[in-house]
Order: sequence, then C-alpha cells, then structure tokens
Amino acid sequence: MTSAGTIGGRGSRSVARILGSGHFGLVLCLMAAVAFAPVAPGFLSSGNLANILVGALPLLVLATGQTIVLVTGGIDLSVTAVIGLASIVGALVMGGEHGWMRGSPMAMPVGIAAMLGTGATIGFLNGFCVARLRMPAFMVTLVATMTFGGLAVWLVKQAAGVESIYGLPASFLALGSRPALAACLAVLATVAAHLLLGRTLLGRWFHAVGHNPRASLISGVPVGRVTVAAYVVSGIFAALASVLITARLETGSPNHGKALLLDVIGAAVIGGTSLSGGRGKVVWTVHGVLFLALLGNGMDLLNVSDFLVTIAKGAVILVAALLDVWRRRLAIDAE
Amino acid sequence: MIASTEDRGTTAEPSDAVRFDGIVKGFTGVPVLKGVSFGVAAGKVVGLVGENGAGKSTLMNLLGGNLRPDAGTIRRDGRPYTPQGPDDARAAGIAFVHQELNLFPNLSIAENLFLRDFPRGPGRLPWIDRGALRAKSEALLLQVGLDRDPATPVERLPAGERQLVEIAKALGADARVILFDEPTTSLSSVERERLFALVAKLRDRGIAMVYISHALGDVLRLCDDVVVLRDGEVVGAGAATSFDHDRLVSLMVGRQLTQLYPERLPRTHDVAPGAPVRGPVLEVSGVSQPGIVRDISFQLVAGEVLGISGLMGAGRSELARILFGLDPHGTGEIRLDGERLDGPPGERIRRGLAFLTEDRRGEGLCMEASITDNMALATLRSHTRTPARWLDSRAVDLVVGLMRDAVRLSPKAKGADAVRTLSGGNQQKVVLGKWLLAAPKVLVLDEPTRGIDIGAKSEIYQLVHRLADRGAGVIVISSELEEVVGICDRVLVMRHGAITGEFRRGGFDREKMLAAALVAPKP
Repeated sequence: MTSAGTIGGRGSRSVARILGSGHFGLVLCLMAAVAFAPVAPGFLSSGNLANILVGALPLLVLATGQTIVLVTGGIDLSVTAVIGLASIVGALVMGGEHGWMRGSPMAMPVGIAAMLGTGATIGFLNGFCVARLRMPAFMVTLVATMTFGGLAVWLVKQAAGVESIYGLPASFLALGSRPALAACLAVLATVAAHLLLGRTLLGRWFHAVGHNPRASLISGVPVGRVTVAAYVVSGIFAALASVLITARLETGSPNHGKALLLDVIGAAVIGGTSLSGGRGKVVWTVHGVLFLALLGNGMDLLNVSDFLVTIAKGAVILVAALLDVWRRRLAIDAE
Repeated sequence: MIASTEDRGTTAEPSDAVRFDGIVKGFTGVPVLKGVSFGVAAGKVVGLVGENGAGKSTLMNLLGGNLRPDAGTIRRDGRPYTPQGPDDARAAGIAFVHQELNLFPNLSIAENLFLRDFPRGPGRLPWIDRGALRAKSEALLLQVGLDRDPATPVERLPAGERQLVEIAKALGADARVILFDEPTTSLSSVERERLFALVAKLRDRGIAMVYISHALGDVLRLCDDVVVLRDGEVVGAGAATSFDHDRLVSLMVGRQLTQLYPERLPRTHDVAPGAPVRGPVLEVSGVSQPGIVRDISFQLVAGEVLGISGLMGAGRSELARILFGLDPHGTGEIRLDGERLDGPPGERIRRGLAFLTEDRRGEGLCMEASITDNMALATLRSHTRTPARWLDSRAVDLVVGLMRDAVRLSPKAKGADAVRTLSGGNQQKVVLGKWLLAAPKVLVLDEPTRGIDIGAKSEIYQLVHRLADRGAGVIVISSELEEVVGICDRVLVMRHGAITGEFRRGGFDREKMLAAALVAPKP
C-alpha cells in the first residue's frame, strides 16, 4: 500500500488509505448520515432509524451469505430465485387452501425447514457444478436463477392454481409482524457467518480457496468440498431471507426479492469484499448493507424518484467495484 | 567501457549504446539505487549480477521507461534518454526479454511478432496483409534460427522456442539494445546452448546486450563484462575474465561465502548399490503413466536426501505430482511407511508427505494472503477444536512465529504482510516453513532454489539437511546438476520418463550423470 499515494496524488494519500482499508463502507455510512440528517425530514427520528434497520434485514442476510461465496472467488446470482422458490415451497407446506400441513401446529417449523432445505439444495447443486464440473460460477448461478425462478412460478400455478399463496399460519407471520423476532434471527445468522468466516478452519479455507485454489489443493485443502460448502451456506442464507420476506409480506410468491440481486452483491462490494476472491469480512458487508439502506431511505424521505435512487445506488456500486480493481492493481504495482 | 563508482563521470565513452551515470532512485524514502554508473557498448554483452533486491529490476525499469530516476542521467548513443513510458523505450530501440515471457499464447507466432505494427493492406486500410506478415515473420524466425511455421500458436511451443520468438520480436522492432532478465530459468540445457549461440550472433551484429542472471557460470561464459550490484551500488565491474565464480559470489553477498553447499559426508550405511534396504520410508514400485513416466521404482530411506536430475521434460516434476496425488498414474504402487499411499493431497499430507512445487507463485503460495496464513495453511487442522473446527489463532501465531525464526525469514517482514511483498528467497522460506510445520516424513522439493539469491539458497540447503538429519526422507528435484551433487546423498537421473542412472555420494561423476540424462535408456 506504500504506493497508494501515486494514484490520488501526494495530497490525497490519507484518502487513498481509507479507500484501501476495510473502512470504506463505514465512512460512506457516516457520510450518508451527515448528508441526510439536516435535509431529509425525520431522518434521524428513532422511528425512521428502526424502520431502516428492519427494512434492511433481508438484504443483510442475503449479502452475508453472498460474502462467503465472494471470498471463495465465486459469485451466487441465484439468490433471488432461491427466495422465490423457498417462499413458494414454504407456503405450499404451511398455508393457503392447499397447504399440505395447514392447521397443524407443526406447520411453521416444518415449513421453515422446507424453505431452508430448498436453499441448501439449490446451493449444493450450484456448488457441485462449480467445484466438480468446473463450470464458471456466474453461468451456473445465472442458469439456476432461470431454472428455479421458473420452477417457482410453475409450481405455484400447478399446485395452487394461483399467483401467490395467502393464509400463512399466525406463528409464521409473527416473524414479520414482530420486528424484534426477525431482527434476532437475522443478527444471529449474521454473527454465525462472521464467526464461521473469521474464526473457524472452514473460514480460513474459504479465504485460501479464494486466494489460490491450486496452492490450497496442494496444501491439503479439500477445495471441492469447501467450494460446495460456500454455495450451500449462501443458499441457506437466501432461504432465510425468504423466510423474513415471506413473513413480512404475508404471502408466498415467486416474485419476492426480484429486485434485490444488485443490492446484494453491491452491499458486499461496497463494504470492501473483493470480487476476485480471498478478501472479505461480514462486518464490512454489514456496513455496505447499512449504507444502501440509509441511501434508499434518505432519498425516499426527500421524495426522490425511485428510479433516481436506483441510479445513485448503481453509481456507488460501480465506484466500489472500481476500488476493488484499484486495490488489486496497487497490489500488482507494488511487486 | 565499464566505469565503477569511483571514477564515474570521467570515462564517458561515446561508443556506449547505453550509459547510466550516477543513477539514484528511491521508493518512499528507501534508496534502491545509490549512484549507479556503467555503460554497455554496441556489440558487447554485459552481465548484471546481484542478489534479489540489489536494484537490478529497478535499473531495468528505468531503462524501460516504467520508472524515472530521482537523479542521474541515462544516455542512449551519447544523447540524453528520458523515456516517459514503454513506447519511448521501444522507439529508442531498447527491448526486453523477460523471465516471464510477454507473449500471447493464444495468438500465432506471426501475430505475436507484429502485434504492435501489423503489415497493412493497400491504402492503409485497417486489414492485415497476411502475405507480408508471413514473409516478414519467416525472415525474423530465420534470424533467430527457429524452424517453425509462423502460423503456429505460441502455446504449442516449448519454453525455449517461445524465448526465441521473444528475441525475434525484439529484432523485428529494430532493437539495438536487448536486455535479458533471467532468460535461462525455464530452459533445457540444449535450449540454453541455442540461446547462447544466438546471443553471440547478435553480438557480432553490433547489438548491445545486458544479461541478468543468477546462473553465474553462464554469465562468466557468455558476457564480455560483468557489473556486480549490491544494495543499489556497483561493487565490482570489469572484464568477465577478471572474475571467477567465488569472487562474484563474495562481491554479491558482501562477505566471504566460503561454501554454498553445506558439508555432506557419504552415508556409511546402505552403500552397496541395489542392496535391499531395511524399512524404507517411501517405496515407489513400477509406477507408469503413458506418455509421462515409465516403470519408476526407487526407495527412499529415512534421513536420506535423494536427488532427481534430468533435462526439462524428463518427467521429474511429473513424477513428483504423481507421488503427491495431483496427477493420476496407471500402474504401479506407492507406499509410505509400508502402507499404500493414495487419495487426494490432503490425505497424503496427513500421512506425512509434503510437496514444494516448482511454481511458487502459481501453486506454492497465496500471494495476496499474509505470511502467517500461508505458513499455517497445510497444518491449520491441527490447531482446531471440535465441534465447529474452531481455530486457535493464538496457537497458530505461536508456531508460525517459531517457524519464521527456524527458516530465518527476514525479521523485517510482519506476519500480517502479504507474501507478495517478500523477495523470492523469503517467499520460498515461507513455503518451506509451511511444510516443515507439518513435520513430514517425506518432503519432495521441486526446484527449491529457482530464482532465489545465493544467501537464501545456502540457508535452504542447510534446512534440507537439518530435516534429513532429524529422520525425514527428502527428494530434491533440480535441473541444476551442481545443486543435486552439492546436497544429495544419492541421485537418480531421469530421461524420457524413465530412470536412467543412479549415483551415490562418493561416486558422483558429472560426466556420467549428464550422459545418463542425454542417452536413451536401454530397452
């Protein structure tokens, strides 16, 4: 990082250092808070802040799972399809007129297990194709998006004859109506992922595989299994996000989370997780999620058009991806 | 034509094709070059030697226009030369032949030769005149003595021929000054001879050349003059005939390095060739893989350093990869401690096998990861607690810290530094430390000292011997005959995938060893 100053010029060496460090997302969050606080009405009110946090929970869970896949040097574009399919599977188990277990007290736990199982299965298939068949991750998960997204729509029409399924059990809907419960679930999952990535053998292996799969294999890392594990984790986390979304919107629908994909990858990248693998932290991703939530909410309060919000987000994500490339180039220049 | 630091400025030879005068260059306050002066005359080859970090690469980057000096001047044919980028270097007739070649493997020879300046069709229209391209390429290939169709994709050429293409590219750009940076590291001895002949031919054509290499024997043989760099200063310069190997080494390291290879006495036990050995730690019997290796059988005793020598492509590295489970083998059997060895690398590591690959950057290290992470990677599992395989990072830091000292890693480097920031020698010590932490029963080293300076080489040899003295079996694969002769108890010579000779310390005969590497095996 000694040559960081050469890119920004001598005067902006400290700026370059912040950009190069892991605190870029946090700095952005503070900047957004400072910028919106005086102009956006009610931005700092406790009600609004709670609103921001609760609204960001699904994104937090999704981006956390994505971080793990990114660290291994892969990418999981199929998370939105997992959300849709898991939502339908859960609803078909638990509720509506056709729910297999409707009315049963066990409907809620079985339904959630089925949703998580759906995510794990799709994650496993993704991981299998990437690790064992050596296919490019973006292609595999893009195809998974089509296939399982389509399956979700087909399933809901075929099995229920409707577009979306209502009448989910009250115990399940509590996850949506009681924000503290949802927050507990999401935070627990995030902390678990943080510990997994930072403190366990598997976590170090995720990093090693992302840095250099050949060197990892020669050092005895079971690269194939580690890769599959990353996609399974991502699938389960996407399914957990589906639980939160489905409960909050009180319907099972194949269309849940359709617009979230870029936010998911963007949040991880804004935080500082590298698109080329080996570098990433769940804490950084939390910053990225928070920033996107602050940005969306602040612009919303200012009555800015949704489209402009999308454009602004896109711009920030682009800058973050550029930073990622910069860091890599700095690293290469230093050689 | 060579001016040492003392008489700089007084001997500005007008005939020098390139002349450095009092070049000073530092990075973020750390001086890398401290007033370097020397010249290269047309039709001369100057050998530039020095340990890694002595400033050779920085000097070349200055000439190539990638960096600018803080003080001092570079002259090209007597005129001040201040390149702003690689294009200026090219325009000034300066070309580089790098260790890692800058060719596009997916393009043809001809396309690589003229990538910057394709012969155009009539009227300067943006399409390529294929006929002219072929004719010009053929002319260039003739000059470097490469008998290949210019349409051949570069990826189909062996390393030595790729280098010839690189040189042809330099000639095609009308280069008058060519810099070779470690050109022989991936060449077989036949290819090396061909390269040397070509260098001699270019010298006769009046091209000035700088030849950077750790292979001091080559430098002394090939070069007219030698410049020795140490810590950014010229510490010795003069006609190559006024140096010998030992003097170069002591100039480079700044101290008397009495012995590169630590003393190794002939082993008293197990001296009878072919005699049955009790309790070998590694047994390889009849291992074959079509087109790769043929009927390889040998045994490795605990405490033994076994060398495997042979030319590039003889199957040495391939054999190592088979031993480690990276590549399959058709027939034959490998036993470790009497039990059959199979499964993926992770399984073999747990059984006590370790493998230092020849490709340090590509397979040995995670370049962007920290020193600690790299050193601990192969043994992380032993520092975990179930159920979640929770990592005891304090224990990891502790053992890595101890190993850092044991392999004498540069004390300046911090554990959290990326291994990319280390010199080649220190990087190799990280890889070696990784495997020593695993306390292997058998350690396979493939080209352990490639691209490493002499000080680090000597330290690595000592580590190898210490490991063997503690009862491990060590296999050293090397294309440098001197190296295996210097450190091994026994040497197997391979050719075309088969073992063609076996020699024991006390009975090492370089000529016979070379003959075994060159002569076809008996059917």
